[in-house]
Amino acid sequence: MRFDLQVIPHWIKPGSRVLDLGCGDGELLKKLEADKQVDGLGIEIDADKITACIAKRLNIVEQDLNKGLANFQDDSFDIVVMAHALQTLHDPHVVIDEMLRVGKECIVTFPNFAHWSCRLHLGSQGRMPVSKFMPYNWYDTPNIHFCTVKDFEALCAENNIKVLATTVVSHDSSESFLGTLLPNLFGVTAVYHISR
Amino acid sequence: MSEESANNQNNSVGLVTPKTHHFEQPLTLASGRVLSEYDIAYETYGELNAEKSNAILICHALSGHHHAAGFHEGDKKPGWWDHYIGPGKPIDTNHFYVISTNNLGGCHGSTGPTSINPETGKAWQKDFPHMRCRDWVNSQRQLMKLLGISQWAAVIGGSLGGMQAMRWSLEYPDELRHCIVIASATKLTAQNIAFNEVARQAISSDADFHDGYYIDHNTIPKSGLRLARMIGHITYLSEDGMGQKFGRELKAGSFMLGSDDDVEFQVESYLRYQGDMFSEAFDANTYILMTKALDYFDLAREYGDDAVAAFSHANCSFFVVSFTSDWRFSTQRSREIVDALVAAKKPVSYAEIEADFGHDAFLIPNERYKNVFHAYMQRVVEGCK
Repeated sequence: MRFDLQVIPHWIKPGSRVLDLGCGDGELLKKLEADKQVDGLGIEIDADKITACIAKRLNIVEQDLNKGLANFQDDSFDIVVMAHALQTLHDPHVVIDEMLRVGKECIVTFPNFAHWSCRLHLGSQGRMPVSKFMPYNWYDTPNIHFCTVKDFEALCAENNIKVLATTVVSHDSSESFLGTLLPNLFGVTAVYHISR
Repeated sequence: MSEESANNQNNSVGLVTPKTHHFEQPLTLASGRVLSEYDIAYETYGELNAEKSNAILICHALSGHHHAAGFHEGDKKPGWWDHYIGPGKPIDTNHFYVISTNNLGGCHGSTGPTSINPETGKAWQKDFPHMRCRDWVNSQRQLMKLLGISQWAAVIGGSLGGMQAMRWSLEYPDELRHCIVIASATKLTAQNIAFNEVARQAISSDADFHDGYYIDHNTIPKSGLRLARMIGHITYLSEDGMGQKFGRELKAGSFMLGSDDDVEFQVESYLRYQGDMFSEAFDANTYILMTKALDYFDLAREYGDDAVAAFSHANCSFFVVSFTSDWRFSTQRSREIVDALVAAKKPVSYAEIEADFGHDAFLIPNERYKNVFHAYMQRVVEGCK
């Protein structure tokens, strides 16, 4: 399981009503249902992943996050999760705003573009980083809005978003000493627990 | 067709024989009128298990009937949903006992406008009581009791059938585990009602209609029915679907000879054929009755016009499916169902299928539709154990 998905459950109370935006094949929701007995709903746009979720007995609604969350009522979920989807959205800040309206709390994870390996790649080769975690070329990537830990902190500050907790995970899944000390340099994936 | 060849054809349920049950207990209708006795025509596919926990109810659409799958003796064409009902198909008759009824007011065996009114000894015709979805639900429930079934594994329907399935979930919430609503809506839009009204006007303006008493006059309003069906067919397909299916291909004549030649496009030929077939097989009063039931259906009216409040009464899981090119029951209508279910905190899954054939897409083979439907039905299978 991807490292950020292992961290997310720590911040979710048992029995919560959870909305998972861009839930993929439902790996996280399935874990949350098993471990935390949550009442979960996934949102996904990929046809095969939707079928995979249904085969896993998950509740899943086909919907394009880029068209917003206007169909969900205010505070209708205890927690809204969006793991590794932020960088694929047309208007990430609008979706975050909507998440905070629909959910009492939110958890957002995203790849940190300021990780030292990205900096090294860009600095030494002068080209957009391509790695195991970001395996796309710049011209055909779904990741159109990369940001850094610092960028996200700034967005939260500008929009009066409360950061309840935050961590970064590294390649070996550990929240390493270096990652805690210098998250924007050593965090591969950032994990933010936020609210209004 | 022999039974063996019917079985071999496309994993079919094979030869099927319709059944009819005569109910003697009166049925009080939503209109307040009472049917003192009535017949329900139905078909069954698959085997009912010992616990009677694997029964599925299929609800048909406007012009449908109980013959949903398999072949009738001598028929070349199977039932209307044969692509999705049968061994190994999404509604898998290896697992389920499938019951498909003809709605009351229909013209394929259940009591309807062509049946004899026991009070007059003459055909009901226009005087047959108006029907609402809940009347069909209540009559299906009598059949359910007759067969000793206390809870449906699922109630499944497309279009008008989806409305019935939703009504089941609200009227008898503990008597179904899953509700599968395909290409449907909580209520029709004005545009949709308008199409129905044009179809009704086509029928009633036929001189052979005789204000609905055409049986008394030994006539059939064939040209009206034919026109009604042609209008319907246009709205059930999409522009792209029609383009794909017919294009501008000619059936007869040629453009070269100009107006002296009787040019006929394939699409004209198709519509005429469909209209002709329909006008010979369908009863005009039934068509009017069914379109009225569609028009008046409003899931939430008695719940303060609030679909969330309505669905809060449901106890089952829902699976909702829509098709991108369907403009008669657009994806937006299905999203309204889904949004209300989510707001009511009910278990729901929703798939929006990319498909070219408009409203008819729910009847037509489509790989993604088949796969996701199959995946959901596995969940229904598990609930039967």
